[in-house]
Amino acid sequence: MTLRQGMIVCAMVCAGAVACGKKTPPVARPAPPPPSAPATPARPPAPPEPINEPTIVPPEPVRDDAISSASLDDLNKNSPLKPVFFELDSSDLGPTGQKVLDENAALLKRFGTWTVTIEGHCDERGTAEYNLALGERRAIAARAYLVSLGIPADRLRTVSYGKEFPFDPGHDEKAYEKNRRAHFVITAK
Amino acid sequence: MTKGLLTGTIALALLGAGPRAQQPPQPPPSQQPAPPPQQPTEIETTISGEAGAPPRLAVPDFIALSSDAETVAVAKTIGQVLWDDLNFEREFAFIPRDVYTTIPKATSFADVPFDRWRELNADGLIVGAVQKTATGFHVEMRLYNVRTRQAVYPRQYDGAANARLYAHTMSDEIHKSQRALIGVARSKLTFDSDRDGERMNNSVQNRNIKEIYIADYDGENQRRVTVGRTLNITPRWSPDARSIAYTSYRRGGANIFISNIFVGTLEEVTKGDKVGENWLPAWSPDGTKVAFTSTRDGNPEIYVANRDGSGVRRLTNHPGIDISPTWSPSGTQIAFTSDRSGSPQIYIMAIDGTGLSKKTSESYCDKPTWSPAPFNEIGYASRNGPGYDIKVLDLATGHIRQLTFGEGTNESPAFAPNGRHVAFMSTRSGKSQIFTIASDGKDLKQITRTGNNEKPDWSK
Repeated sequence: MTLRQGMIVCAMVCAGAVACGKKTPPVARPAPPPPSAPATPARPPAPPEPINEPTIVPPEPVRDDAISSASLDDLNKNSPLKPVFFELDSSDLGPTGQKVLDENAALLKRFGTWTVTIEGHCDERGTAEYNLALGERRAIAARAYLVSLGIPADRLRTVSYGKEFPFDPGHDEKAYEKNRRAHFVITAK
Repeated sequence: MTKGLLTGTIALALLGAGPRAQQPPQPPPSQQPAPPPQQPTEIETTISGEAGAPPRLAVPDFIALSSDAETVAVAKTIGQVLWDDLNFEREFAFIPRDVYTTIPKATSFADVPFDRWRELNADGLIVGAVQKTATGFHVEMRLYNVRTRQAVYPRQYDGAANARLYAHTMSDEIHKSQRALIGVARSKLTFDSDRDGERMNNSVQNRNIKEIYIADYDGENQRRVTVGRTLNITPRWSPDARSIAYTSYRRGGANIFISNIFVGTLEEVTKGDKVGENWLPAWSPDGTKVAFTSTRDGNPEIYVANRDGSGVRRLTNHPGIDISPTWSPSGTQIAFTSDRSGSPQIYIMAIDGTGLSKKTSESYCDKPTWSPAPFNEIGYASRNGPGYDIKVLDLATGHIRQLTFGEGTNESPAFAPNGRHVAFMSTRSGKSQIFTIASDGKDLKQITRTGNNEKPDWSK
């Protein structure tokens, strides 16, 4: 097909050249049949020979280099995996939590060797005992969502610390909000 | 128990072969031999308080039969601790301690100023004498009827220099012989604490670890019994008070461990990759099984396993959270917390998981603790708005009794082995601390003061 179209185009160009060469007055001629598709060149013009060698593009962005080279401790202190926050007495993710997990899932896909522990945490307004289970439910909710996005389940462990390890030791709503979370810890990379 | 009567026996003890009392301090009280049987009584002595009031006792410092500092200190401590131990159960009224200084001190059993004690309306008087021996101390104690000057309950003890354990032993024996009451003076508390300020290994952030501690029932002799360098929480005494089951994160996730604290060995009840998270162990009354909460099937449910982890049985099956199991005193039922109704509430079921019955309908209830007989009560923490208060539900009548009233938050109640007190955690003094309170809401007593101390349990 391409070859045939090319031949037609070539023939038209030759005919024109012959007509001009004879310098005969222009005469009405039937228009050539329109091409069935926009005329495509037979092949793109050969690119000019490069003068410089192409720049080598790093395989991963610079930011990823920082992540790749960071120690686990450093990674976890300023983790690229963001925590998910919850409402009081709830383990529902909500749209905000899902958005955070979407981003975490993208990172986990990019760094396919990472294994992660998802820690469930609670604020101090639940009892110490019930909070152990509630924290686990929060971690499980985050894990299930990541698995639904294609992250292999065996890369995601869960653990609940109830209200044993508050991120903010305060006793007000501001502190409580920070303490109701599923927190991500990279355990291997 | 016969209230208002002070019934005793003159134990015609063969003094030379007198009762070799418990051997303090180690091995622990649970290993102590049963008190030797008393000799047949030949004379019964009955003392009653006035108009049916409880008998009024005086417990002056014990007599030091030698003047060395150690003997003097032991004698003083025994008398004071015995006073506290007896006062704890409120079976007796007491002549106030500050009056004692006005009474001449006895130097032996021969010069007890009975008339002076009688003037103070004492019905009973406890006189003791302490003598140093090659291996420790010989302690003689007599409970006198002040009016008749008869020693209604004489006892002798030999052992190491653990003054408090002499007093605790005497208190338990006096309560048993005089009031038919199982005392708790030799019982112990356990709880988790961050007091040592140690940090978790491989910590992401600044995290205080917690370890398991034990203490005498009165808060003395606080000692750490785990070295996990991780989070160790929710300790529970085995019925023989030789072991403590608890939740430990030493394997990464939460698992049930048992520390045999007088042997130094560790047992794992839940182990392996497929067991999920496991929290909140609770011993069966016979000590052969442990109930706990596990996510091994994907959701927090109640399970029972043998002490060695074998024979795991699942008792609950509900998509809600089921947690905080505790056994009935007979071992036939389990009380636990479930949020299947929409909020955490207390439920009871048979040990095969049948016969489910909802017991509370409040805002939020957790951590049931089942009283021993003759009471039939379940204590629990109930949300009061910003925090929690301790309440007690009488299962026979459905009546609910409140023990705390919004001073800080009050959680994690645990009954004393005779059901007359409750240990719990409260933030009323600032940080989380362990308190005890009588099960009628009186006699609050602070047990811990250093660091954060939580989730107490009381030995049987």
